[in-house]
Amino acid sequence: MRFAFTEQQTQFRDALRQVLDKECTPDDLRDACNAPMARSRRWATLAEMGVAGLTVPEAHGGLGLHLLDLAPLLEEAGRAALPEPLIETTALAAPLLAAFPSDRVTGWLEAIAGGQITAAVAAIDERGWMAAPTPDGSVVVAADGADLFILPAAADPDGRALELHAVPVADVSVTSVASLDPTRRLGTVGWEPSPTTLIASGDQARSTLGDLAERAAVATAAELLGLADRMITMAATYAKDRNQFGKPIGSFQAVKHLLAGAQVKLEFARPAVYAAAWSLGDPELVGSPQGARSASLAKAYASDAATEAARVSLQVHGAIGYTWECDLHLYLKRAWALAESWGSAADHRRRILSSLVDEVRPTQG
Amino acid sequence: MDLRFTPDQEAFRAEARAWLSAHAPAAGSLPSLDTPDGFEAHRAWEQTMSADRWSVVSWPEEYGGRGVGILEWLIFEEEYWRIQAPTRVSQNGIFLLAPTMFEFGTDEQKTRFLPPMASGEEIWCQGWSEPDAGSDLAGIRSRAQRAPGDDGWLLTGQKTWASRGAYAEWCFGLFRTDPEAERHRGLTYFLLATDSPGVTVRPIPQIDGEPGFAEIFFESVFVPDSQVLGDVGQGWSVAMATAGSERGLSLRSPARYTEAASRLVSLYAAQLDRAPDRAARSADAVAQAWMDAEAYRLNTYWTACRVLAGGRVGPEASANKIHWSETDLAIHRAALGLLGPEAELTGGGGAAGNPWLDGFLFALAGPIYAGTNEIQRNVVAERLLGLPRG
Repeated sequence: MRFAFTEQQTQFRDALRQVLDKECTPDDLRDACNAPMARSRRWATLAEMGVAGLTVPEAHGGLGLHLLDLAPLLEEAGRAALPEPLIETTALAAPLLAAFPSDRVTGWLEAIAGGQITAAVAAIDERGWMAAPTPDGSVVVAADGADLFILPAAADPDGRALELHAVPVADVSVTSVASLDPTRRLGTVGWEPSPTTLIASGDQARSTLGDLAERAAVATAAELLGLADRMITMAATYAKDRNQFGKPIGSFQAVKHLLAGAQVKLEFARPAVYAAAWSLGDPELVGSPQGARSASLAKAYASDAATEAARVSLQVHGAIGYTWECDLHLYLKRAWALAESWGSAADHRRRILSSLVDEVRPTQG
Repeated sequence: MDLRFTPDQEAFRAEARAWLSAHAPAAGSLPSLDTPDGFEAHRAWEQTMSADRWSVVSWPEEYGGRGVGILEWLIFEEEYWRIQAPTRVSQNGIFLLAPTMFEFGTDEQKTRFLPPMASGEEIWCQGWSEPDAGSDLAGIRSRAQRAPGDDGWLLTGQKTWASRGAYAEWCFGLFRTDPEAERHRGLTYFLLATDSPGVTVRPIPQIDGEPGFAEIFFESVFVPDSQVLGDVGQGWSVAMATAGSERGLSLRSPARYTEAASRLVSLYAAQLDRAPDRAARSADAVAQAWMDAEAYRLNTYWTACRVLAGGRVGPEASANKIHWSETDLAIHRAALGLLGPEAELTGGGGAAGNPWLDGFLFALAGPIYAGTNEIQRNVVAERLLGLPRG
């Protein structure tokens, strides 16, 4: 057993943090809120670093790495509340496309690695984990401005025969949908399935969407770790600077215990997320009940850790934290959105328990 | 990154499992270790383990161990708890004192004390807390003064909440050797036999009525210089090494909780048929308790790998202590919730006991001992987040 990141993985994380500290400041986030766009100068920088194309096969200009390598980078993206769709494009769309090679797919993979396109991923998941806030999955994250759409379709009226399509922006009409965090760029997508856009159908489509949901849960969990860390750090810094009753409010136990409680939750979420990212690359665990529980543990723990960090960091900031001027809300809103995406903590607890009970009572399922 | 165990580690696991299944008493078959008979039965089990070198696997061979690493120790613990082998009556010695003795003890002390600790021949209790020094441990008032012959110390004062104190042969504890010094200095770490002249042990019945801990009174108790651990006046820093291991990796291995969580899931599955409404109301708590135990397991392996790479466990030990103590409570509260009105039955009168109730009472102590969770939250806030001391 060697449950640790490699020197190389750690260095990549540090390099990304340095870049995002400069290029994804709170002011940059405010600009992104005012004028949401899918591909910024920052996305080009991420492509140059190899981040955007990290999961694209080397033959198509990427680094050919895995979600485990991406996890620490997603954590940094979360810490910075990166507005660009790193989860959708790099954690989800690129590995999915790479599994269905064709000339069209090759072009898209090369464009992802080159930073020329971003992707949006709509997921109808039969277990009811929604990436977007409508039950039919019609509102799609990162849709407004995306160049490529991964879209599921029902091939029969019952919705039992699934198809999976990869559709370029020219073949869709996107209507933006307002949400709490404008940088999420939600939208509805109008489109018609066609043979040219079809990439998988039937059981293959179904299992691909199942894998996608596991990857999405873990990738989202990784971003939530970074967000939680950011919010706790901001609140701890504020608690050291803000004086009341003649001393820093951080010297009061009531304040200390709020932040310590959130920090403990975060500390225990981290290894759970890293283990889940590793499990997704282990052939024996992919698709197994144990692998599914690992992904659900990661998402449930990270969602709860980030929700707690959000609640506590706002409370420690007091009234200033409730203002538009204070930067805290930029991170709170992303945390609230991601905590509910790809399955809430409660969804994943329910999934874990039913999986465990299946093992105890195999005949009654 | 690789979370799989090596073939050697799997072989070690198989060997431990085979030995334990051949030798361990049936789950729950020994009387409580807080009764005289139970204490001796648990000591006998320690001797059985020690005879085949399974009592302290991570210690060097010369002191009765197998010299294996921390991952193998965690594997052994997984097998130990999986089979529900008895509570370790020697845990204060082997998990709290021994790490300190390996770091600060002289060769003579290690040779004298570690082998009988490993075999269960000598059981240790901890003499730290005093009536006026609990969370504020540096407020210790029990004193040690130089003995007239200048070959040792005379100890005077009172210790309390000494787990296993009612039956233990030996005690380790902190005494004030320099009343003039700043209160964290001037303390010294002593090792003493509880049958020394001047020692009076008064057992204290715990919440379950059994004498699990004790008060210990000292009236000019002579302790030779050879039984000072570490330097005179350095007791606080020597003791904190023990505190680090108590809160950190060694006292509470995750297997205790992951196994209890598995049994909780089985109880939940059984209650789905017997009391489906109650099971439905408890579902979230059951799932969360299982997750808390699993997260603790993963965090322990993560930390162990960091230690193997040369890292040290610092204030993270406080986060750890908060998490395991609350996990233990969460598991048992969920179980009592599943049992509903049956939870209060103690199973006396010849029926099998109520391990969930016993476990709940045991778990309630967790957030209090080894530094209350409130003190641990202060440590997390001050040392991990850099908040100013109050």
